[in-house]
Amino acid sequence: MSSNPDKVVFNGVSKSFGKKGEDLLVLEDINLNIAEGELVCLLGPSGCGKSTLLNIAGGFEAPTTGSVRVDGEPVLRPDPRRVFVFQEYGIFPWASVWDNIVLGIRHLSRERQHEIAQETIDLVGLSGFERSYPMELSGGMKQRVEVARALAVSPDVLYMDEPFGALDSLTRLTMRSELIRIWQDRHPTILFVTHDVDEAIQLAERVVVFSARPGRIEEIIDVDLPHPRDLGAPEYGQVKNRLYERLGVSHRI
Amino acid sequence: MSAAWIALVLAAAGLAFGLRLSRRIQEWVLPAALAVALVALWDLACRFTGSVIFPTPHQTWLASLELIESQRLWGDIVASLFRVTWGFFLAAGVGIPLGLVIGWSTRTFRAMNPIIQGLRPISPIAWIPISILWFGIGDGAGIFLIFLSSFFPITVGTTAAVRNIPLVYQRSALNFGVRGLALFRCVVLPAALPQIITSLRIALGVAWLVIVAAEMVGMDSGLGYLINDARNAGSRYDLVVATMIMIGLIGIVLDFLIRRLERFDEVRWGYVQR
Repeated sequence: MSSNPDKVVFNGVSKSFGKKGEDLLVLEDINLNIAEGELVCLLGPSGCGKSTLLNIAGGFEAPTTGSVRVDGEPVLRPDPRRVFVFQEYGIFPWASVWDNIVLGIRHLSRERQHEIAQETIDLVGLSGFERSYPMELSGGMKQRVEVARALAVSPDVLYMDEPFGALDSLTRLTMRSELIRIWQDRHPTILFVTHDVDEAIQLAERVVVFSARPGRIEEIIDVDLPHPRDLGAPEYGQVKNRLYERLGVSHRI
Repeated sequence: MSAAWIALVLAAAGLAFGLRLSRRIQEWVLPAALAVALVALWDLACRFTGSVIFPTPHQTWLASLELIESQRLWGDIVASLFRVTWGFFLAAGVGIPLGLVIGWSTRTFRAMNPIIQGLRPISPIAWIPISILWFGIGDGAGIFLIFLSSFFPITVGTTAAVRNIPLVYQRSALNFGVRGLALFRCVVLPAALPQIITSLRIALGVAWLVIVAAEMVGMDSGLGYLINDARNAGSRYDLVVATMIMIGLIGIVLDFLIRRLERFDEVRWGYVQR
């Protein structure tokens, strides 16, 4: 648990969608405090509303009841200080890697844009691909562009909605360790949605486990392992067992 | 051409189909072989029926040379292209901005879409009497008809293009504080552009179909008029067929030219399989 002040605070957040005349409750009474600079994973089965919660935090959807506050201010709309990294590729296919990355810093001076873009491109390992178009890149590289575009605006908070879900398992592992490296370097607050138990344990300081619909917080589990994490360590296995237990699935197949 | 000669041509075409050739060569050789085979069949059909009025390939070839040598053909081609160009560009100039607005604003969509869908099925040919009434026999009526026939595909295509923009692009734009005119310029227009170009391509194809029909009915120049004139002035079906082939070739060139637009880096993403 971090001793930093609260950054993102969910207060009694519920969300229901009207469907065929009846209300479908997808999130029920979510109360959660995320500390500044913390990396928290929201883990749960598909359809448990964790992505909806992230969309509410990002200001793309309004909660039915309750509120989300960032730095004490209620979230009403998207804000460039808090950037969303999308599940599907949200980068623009009509723009080069460079033009995608400067999207959020287009109001800065040319020199400043150049400086920041080059820095983030180097940070995510895309040097040499500045002039390429997304269609010429692999899935992993597209996701790097997405991350670089987010980092270019130096956001306080990153909302990541299963950002590595579409990648192959080896690329996913690389992307996770890259994310940890970037997080340790810049220390933004990160809310990371996943349904992958291993991903949650590899990344998070805390894992918030959601129940199936309607999504409720089942338990919050601290992952007290230093980075880089040893995936074969007994402590890793213990956390994993506990998470599987909470999710109500057997880990023996 | 003798029958033996034709049999030889058909055999060669069949052989070309069976040969192992690289993709690039196949793309040239196969259609060429098929075209030669079709011309051979055409020739065969003329001999078999003994028709005196329908032209043989050879007569059509001579008629084509006659057309090319006469100064008249170029004047008719220019007349047709002039009407198509003006009508098409006017339609694009009105249809693209209008489609962007209708696609973006739900209220405008609700107001205008039923009327557009109601006008769209009316064939441009049905407008010929009114266009002559308003513009007289001449370029004005032709441009107006081409405008009508291009306007609907372009407007409807642009509207659909904007409405199909994935939510994720709008959301990432909003997240980075892109709104207002910048949103239009940085997201809406580029995201819709590949589909807009496709609708331009469809519209140009329709325009080239319509201009010939319009010139046959209500104009005194152009390739459509040339066809009518050749038939009326002594049943010159050789000139009719030669002009038809000319129309087809120009259509291919127009489509080739507009397809160049699909090659730009900014829109290429829209045509690859994802």
